[in-house]
Amino acid sequence: MSGWEVALQLELRGITKRFGSLVANDGIDLTVESGEIHALLGENGAGKSTLMNVLYGLLQPDQGQILLDGEPVEFHNPREALAAGIGMVHQHFMLVPVFTVAENVMLGVERTSVLGLLNRRRARQDVLELSSKYGLAIDPDVLVENLPVGIQQRVEIVKALHREASIVILDEPTAVLTPGETNELFRIMRELQASGKSIIFISHKLKEVQEIADRITVIRRGKVVGAPPPTATDEELASLMVGRAVELTVHKEPAHPREVTLEVEDLRVESAGGRAVVDGISLEVRSGEIVGIAGVQGNGQTELCEAIMGLLPVKSGSIIVAGQDLTGARTRVVLESGVSYIPEDRQEDGIVESFSLADNLVLDVYNRAPFASGLALHIDTIRESAAKHMDEYDIRATSIDMTVGTLSGGNQQKVIVARELGREVRLLVANQPTRGLDVGSIEFVHSRLVAARDQGTAVLICSTELDEIFALADRIIVMYEGRIAGIRPPTVSIEEIGLLMAGAGSDDSVPEAQPA
Amino acid sequence: MTAIPVVRHQRAAIDRQQAIAGIFVMLGLVDIFVFGFLADKGDAVFTFTLTGAAVSVPNLNLAPGPVSEGLGALSIVLGLLYAGLKLTSLSRRLTAATVMLAFVVAFLCWCDAGRTPLPFVSLMQTTMLASIPLVLGALSGCLCERSGVINIAIEGQLLLGAFAGAVIASSFGSIWLGLFSGSIAGGLLGALLAVFAIRYVVDQIILGVVLNVFASGLTGYLYDQALVPYQNRLNSPNTFSSIKIPVLGDIPIIGPILFDSTIFLYITYVMVALVHIGLFKTRWGLRVRAVGEHPTAADTVGIRVLFTRYRNVILGGLVAGIGGASLTIGSVGSFGKDISSGQGYIALAAMIFGRWTPLGATGAALLFGFSVALANVLGTIGAPIPSDFLLMLPYVATIVAVAGFVGKSRAPKADGQPYVKS
Amino acid sequence: MSENLTGPGGNGPEHKAGPVEGPPGAEGSPGDTGPDAATAAQANVATSLLNAVLEGNSAVVTFLAIVTAIIIGGLLIAFSSPTVLHAWSHLFSAPGAAFSTAWAVAASAFSAMLEGAIFNPHTISAAFHGGSIAAIFNPLSETAVNATPLILSGLAVALAFRAGLFNIGATGQFIGGAMIAGWIGFAVHMPMILHVVVAVIGGFIGGSITGGFVGFMKARTGAHEVIVTIMLNYVMEFLILFLLGLAVFRAPGLPNPVSPPVDNNAMLPHLAGATLRINAGFLVALAAALAVGWLLNRTTVGFELRTVGANPNAARAAGMSPERTWITVMLICGGLAGLAGASVILGTDFALTPQIYGTYGIDAITVALLGRAKPGGVVLAALLYGSLNAGGVTMQAQTQIPVDITTVIQALIVLFVAAPPLVREIYHLRGRRNREGGQLLAKGWSS
Repeated sequence: MSGWEVALQLELRGITKRFGSLVANDGIDLTVESGEIHALLGENGAGKSTLMNVLYGLLQPDQGQILLDGEPVEFHNPREALAAGIGMVHQHFMLVPVFTVAENVMLGVERTSVLGLLNRRRARQDVLELSSKYGLAIDPDVLVENLPVGIQQRVEIVKALHREASIVILDEPTAVLTPGETNELFRIMRELQASGKSIIFISHKLKEVQEIADRITVIRRGKVVGAPPPTATDEELASLMVGRAVELTVHKEPAHPREVTLEVEDLRVESAGGRAVVDGISLEVRSGEIVGIAGVQGNGQTELCEAIMGLLPVKSGSIIVAGQDLTGARTRVVLESGVSYIPEDRQEDGIVESFSLADNLVLDVYNRAPFASGLALHIDTIRESAAKHMDEYDIRATSIDMTVGTLSGGNQQKVIVARELGREVRLLVANQPTRGLDVGSIEFVHSRLVAARDQGTAVLICSTELDEIFALADRIIVMYEGRIAGIRPPTVSIEEIGLLMAGAGSDDSVPEAQPA
Repeated sequence: MTAIPVVRHQRAAIDRQQAIAGIFVMLGLVDIFVFGFLADKGDAVFTFTLTGAAVSVPNLNLAPGPVSEGLGALSIVLGLLYAGLKLTSLSRRLTAATVMLAFVVAFLCWCDAGRTPLPFVSLMQTTMLASIPLVLGALSGCLCERSGVINIAIEGQLLLGAFAGAVIASSFGSIWLGLFSGSIAGGLLGALLAVFAIRYVVDQIILGVVLNVFASGLTGYLYDQALVPYQNRLNSPNTFSSIKIPVLGDIPIIGPILFDSTIFLYITYVMVALVHIGLFKTRWGLRVRAVGEHPTAADTVGIRVLFTRYRNVILGGLVAGIGGASLTIGSVGSFGKDISSGQGYIALAAMIFGRWTPLGATGAALLFGFSVALANVLGTIGAPIPSDFLLMLPYVATIVAVAGFVGKSRAPKADGQPYVKS
Repeated sequence: MSENLTGPGGNGPEHKAGPVEGPPGAEGSPGDTGPDAATAAQANVATSLLNAVLEGNSAVVTFLAIVTAIIIGGLLIAFSSPTVLHAWSHLFSAPGAAFSTAWAVAASAFSAMLEGAIFNPHTISAAFHGGSIAAIFNPLSETAVNATPLILSGLAVALAFRAGLFNIGATGQFIGGAMIAGWIGFAVHMPMILHVVVAVIGGFIGGSITGGFVGFMKARTGAHEVIVTIMLNYVMEFLILFLLGLAVFRAPGLPNPVSPPVDNNAMLPHLAGATLRINAGFLVALAAALAVGWLLNRTTVGFELRTVGANPNAARAAGMSPERTWITVMLICGGLAGLAGASVILGTDFALTPQIYGTYGIDAITVALLGRAKPGGVVLAALLYGSLNAGGVTMQAQTQIPVDITTVIQALIVLFVAAPPLVREIYHLRGRRNREGGQLLAKGWSS
């Protein structure tokens, strides 16, 4: 446990990694000096995680070299990377949910007594020691599955420290954290730095990078495109990251809200354990407006959407769409009363990857006229309509018979948007409609959503990206721990929304707050 | 992805407690109205002494009417308590065990009322004997599935183990070599399972079924082709004889049941202990379970996922192979076509019933072995129930279990999912 | 639909490779390949044909799998036959003899198989000398007769596959069908045609109840269908034993547990004269295959079924109910396996026995896999397996080689078909091993 020694200097030279025809990393050079917090900034899909997986021995580079203190090294697996002092906290935690914290920390480096019996006491001690040394406050005996994500992340950090990592990679660590938890993480990062560790901090959030990083490297489309100082402005960083000056606002006229289309009244949804994940939400969405729900992931947004769609049971409260009571209605009934749905997880809930484009374009309308009558499907009609949609929504595919799983994420999302908006829609529920997409596709989806609004659709959007919320929403609702923390017009500052997302400064007059 | 489990678990959690309580009450009613009221005249007699035993234990005479009614009433009360109270998991299990035991006793009283005495010790001896392949097969399942590979091929492993055990013991005249070969044969099928499941990522359920067909076809073919014409040379092995453990073997009732049997029973004891301690107390087990629960996490801390799976699947095969050998050189000697007769599937059921734990699986296997033994014994005393129903029991119990109880317990998370790195 | 059998669980292996790719579709997603596919499609036809062979497309792999399995079966025959083993013992004195004997034994086995399954030249010469002309077609008739229950039970497994369910319970459903069809056949008396129709429908219903129970259990309690079907198979096996012990089912005066024979009116009519066993059951099977094809590809029920099978979450989000689909599918699948039972008891066996289910239920799984869970494929696979079974009987009669060898060959075929990369390795074909490795990916017990 000699974490106090001076950390290593790390150098990556000309790292190239291809997946088939896709070049994920293209000759990347990166130097991390010992004891610095080095931010790796880039869009989703820019190749940051791939690079770190190469560094961590999970992937083998096609070309290039890794040097530690000037010595070339090769990592064929994580074990070798760990032995060299590199630890990684993955974006999706690498923790075994049914193990205790101590078991997770000792896994792979267990101490044993005679006959290979586990020395659990020793493992507990190690966790407690590290926990107090860095102010992590972790109980070694709790099952990981019972811990909140913020704490799970600390367990990951302890795992890395326990393995005496001198370079710690944090892959998008703030994606699942509230602003408060993020600040706490930053404090821990600084403590690590003070004890001599180097940190590679991966993010696509400008503010965070500016706040914590000593140096910044920006990656775009697999290449290093710049190393701006942390003092660079938002605009400078953003243009480096996406390659052109992005317009964070979508061209849209002021909304003309009309009658109330969606009316949610005191809605409660419970989790398996009986905990309220949606806890007394009341809101309304009018036809011709976009209501944006902001919040850190996991604060009940998904459950709210799924409850509206009839995918989760409603404990109490009511959901009314265009005067029709849809509380507890089956999903099919909800869909048939003019509601469209863009689910959060595209591949999991939105499309069937092994199906053709044509089949995916009728996935939730296959049983209605004109696509079917009685039992019989009308294949010709389905194909004609698919060809039309493919054209209209600019879906890049060779034919309507192409398997959707082979399309890019952006095109897959266009399939969903085409399907959901290509029919008469009273209400659109869109959960994270642009997650993981490239900028071009994001713009496309945004413009379609605004167009739907202008045609009189009521639009409810959940997003964890504040930029998206501010770009689209005519009204912003912030959710925190299943409740509405506040309703604001899009003219307020990002900081104000951020505070609400963290549970600070919520106002109690929420249910009465109505659109201006 | 998030949607439905929430619904189902929530509903099931309430349903399950009520449903189990309902089953308890129903069993109690059956105790009273079937086993109590409808019992034939005369006492049920249980004998506890084998002929030639040093210590003689007096027979137990029970009057089916009052005994069954009393036990039934107890079950009903427990059922009502179960429905009404919030019990800890230990007391829940105790309650369930009590109700089941009461049911079995009432049932036995009903069966034996006014008939020849029921030889308890030999019933339990048969139970132990019948349980050996089930326990070892279930342990094979635990070893594989804890590492994340579904093992439906237990049946085939038993069959190959039985075949190799008999043939090798017969042709080389060494039962120990037979035992060893039986284990190796099971291990080989395990290796085949491992290669196809891990290297070629074939669906493991399909694979298991096909390997069972393969083992059945292969042993059936070789049996007709070679064992029938050369019965004397290839298929007439000696069998292991009983070893009585000094002192322990002389304890009345328990001794002859637990400590006077072939080497297979003692191997089984050791295996159960080894697998249990191995999985839950050692570094080896921690890593195996990590691989079965979250292989990616195991990989990132430097555990070799595929190696672990290969090793465990082959180990499982070796263990099940011993169970297979017990079917031939542990009891009847010669091999017969499809001698395992579905016991591999019962072992699978026992493993699931026992929630993927060695001890639980052993308990379930004993329960299933008991129902098989009971079917035999009741046939001989002419009980008023067709033996087909008793033989059906393990399967029905398993369906009830997966429908009611096991929903709550979890298979290893990555069980059945191949680990593919790109 | 994709060419691959998307077994339950659907998603390819790439999703399991957690650490390599970040969030779905984010880092390094190999998705932006639209244009590549376009160029590939425009590729020269001749080249792509050649590539199909070299890279081992599914038809080639299937063919090679069958060939390999038969070769291994031949080797097994050659090196286990007592005559050959005897020849080996003289390996040093007469080395050629060992190999030629081995070859001769295997060759005679397979030629006997062909004679039993497809065509026996002796029957032609016999026909010229006053023998029966029908005898020429006997092997084909036997193949069709053997294939009939395999087609039906194979469809029962295949259809369930498409809905994401493993139906290992064809055995139990077969018994359910045979029991009711048989009972209607011997215990109820009705006029011609009507009787057989009612008995066949009874078979469907009997299987349907057994299969529907599984679907119901899965939908209502989440009990894994693999476990329920395996267990139910045994329950049904004991149930038939029990029933054959009852007066209602047991033929009076016989020592064995056998039911009375079914009425003549309830028998499936022969299609080609009384000497050939081929009967209307074969037509029922073909019709069932057509019906299943129509159901899968041309109806809303089939669309739901395929969606639920490929991605139950997306199905739910699209307003379908996987639970209801499971029940529907298992009702239909059970019915199909029940028809298989009816085809056996009304077409060839005519009486219930404790072993009436044979190995049809398990063979059905291999047939469904070999047929890639498509109705047409199932028919072809069942014909292949039917011919192996029919040929195996002749082989055993002519050469004393045990018929079980066909089981070994059948199992090997499926093993190879399920592992295309292995076949490629054996034949040194180029291939994309990583991506396409597991076309039969499963979920675990818990999902």
